[in-house]
Amino acid sequence: MHGFDTFAFQPPDSGQSERKGGGGPSVAISGSGTHLTLRSVSKGFGGRTVLKPLDLAIEAGSFVSIVGRSGGGKSTMLRLISGLTAPDTGAILHNGEALAGIAPRTTMMFQDARLLPWQRVLSNVGIARGPGWEQRSLEALRAVGLDDRAREWPAVLSGGQKQRVALARALVARPHLLLLDEPLGALDALTRGEMQRLIERLWLGQGFTAILVTHDVAEAVALSDRVLLLQDGTIALDLTIDLPRPRRRTASEVIGLESKILDLLLT
Amino acid sequence: MSGMGAAASIEARPRRRSVFQARRIVPWLLPAATLIIWQIGAETGWITMRTLPPPLSILTAAISLSKTGELERQVLISCQRAALGFLIGGGLGFGLGLLNGLSRPAELTLDTSLQMLRNVPHLAIIPMVILWFGIGESAKLFLVALGVFFPIYLNTFHGVRMVEKSLIEMGRIYHLGSWAMFWRVILPGAMPSILIGVRYGLGITWLTLIVAETISSSSGIGYMTMNAREFLETDVVLLGVLIYALLGKLADMATRWLEHRLLAWHHNFQSGAEA
Ligand SMILES: Nc1ncnc2c1ncn2[C@@H]1O[C@H](COP(=O)(O)OP(=O)(O)O)[C@@H](O)[C@H]1O
Ligand SMILES: [Mg+2]
Repeated sequence: MHGFDTFAFQPPDSGQSERKGGGGPSVAISGSGTHLTLRSVSKGFGGRTVLKPLDLAIEAGSFVSIVGRSGGGKSTMLRLISGLTAPDTGAILHNGEALAGIAPRTTMMFQDARLLPWQRVLSNVGIARGPGWEQRSLEALRAVGLDDRAREWPAVLSGGQKQRVALARALVARPHLLLLDEPLGALDALTRGEMQRLIERLWLGQGFTAILVTHDVAEAVALSDRVLLLQDGTIALDLTIDLPRPRRRTASEVIGLESKILDLLLT
Repeated sequence: MSGMGAAASIEARPRRRSVFQARRIVPWLLPAATLIIWQIGAETGWITMRTLPPPLSILTAAISLSKTGELERQVLISCQRAALGFLIGGGLGFGLGLLNGLSRPAELTLDTSLQMLRNVPHLAIIPMVILWFGIGESAKLFLVALGVFFPIYLNTFHGVRMVEKSLIEMGRIYHLGSWAMFWRVILPGAMPSILIGVRYGLGITWLTLIVAETISSSSGIGYMTMNAREFLETDVVLLGVLIYALLGKLADMATRWLEHRLLAWHHNFQSGAEA
């Protein structure tokens, strides 16, 4: 299958972290992120419009968050991008190629970990198999700090550990696009913070494009190059976050942007 | 506080071991007592030989029958019928259950008809089966297969349908082909339900075989007991009953072993959920 070099470990304060939001792919890691284009994509269910025709371009290697009310079509949008659902109109292009079926080199994390209870942790991470999958899966588990649990059943892990296994599974095949549908929604605050830092670190190290759906506006501002607000089936706000990483949740700029989005969300 | 707890647990250990031993012995006290009273009752003439032969004479009957090889022959024939009938009926039920579980068009075509047939008790058609097949092997195989078919069909179908959609969706994201999806997601997900079907099916196998061999047969355990009845050999009749019980128990143990092997994750899943 795809060539696999060792998992990049990038501490948040390493050189890579100088990469800032909004600028798109940095030179060092260009080519490993999907450039995404949506052309007048719309979707409805049973005559009810969920997404009005929308156009959107997402830079390769950028981190984009989507926030909005529950039922606003955020999950639908991710499912369209992943190819799990087909749009009613329009086209979705991954690196300029129109999507047909499940998107290539794209993985997805959901609010539930969706691990196979009948496979050990290692086999869950290596679900797609392929040459050398055991070695690669073990490395992916090491990157999320769970290589010592490789031989366990998923059932014995905590919620946060399950999501870390799901993250390892999502990253083992070196995706160019990682879709995250509220993956931290069910975790406690402490575990959430750890996971956010882990996701940011792996994104910085690997250079894939990340699209995160979250109901936590602070999380969106802390992690993203760009925040989209999805409201009434359209993108009501498209905000570039141009702050240096790592970002402190308590920094005044972060809080300022957060309240700006919240104001729009609540009106 | 914790020191006291440790002391208490050290004290409790030997007592727990003796409780453990008692747990193994106590359940066998009543059966053992029954056997002894039964034997004594028969020897004092309190229970007549015709009503209930004593345990020791059943043992003697078993020994004398197996000296001629007769016992082994009849048991083997019955076991072969059970195994073959189970495999045919179970195989068909499993196959059709998978087919209808996986394919909507197949379900639409077949399921309603199968559900209608299900309502016919399979033992009720024994006269028909004898008319069709005579009293040869095929009649008994047909009955066993028919009896086993439905529990396995229904549980396989149900199992496949109950596999979580979210896991199938996850498999699609990771580009699993149909074969990998079947082996890694659908079949293991359906397995708890399939094994329930297997267990039911095994129970029905022995029940059907007892009836079929007793009503019409020229070999097998059922034939052996009916033959003995004509000669008033109550001990042989009782021996047949005991062998059926034993074989049923063995089949049940085999299923348990299978469940233990195939559903190791499941036990863990449940204990994990409780914790
Ligand atoms: N498969 C589906 N069938 C019918 N309606 C759906 C389906 N998927 C989503 N919807 C509807 O589309 C709307 C948007 O859902 P969703 O994308 O899940 O919102 P969000 O993720 O923003 O909470 C909801 O009203 C939901 O009921
Ligand atoms: Mg959603």
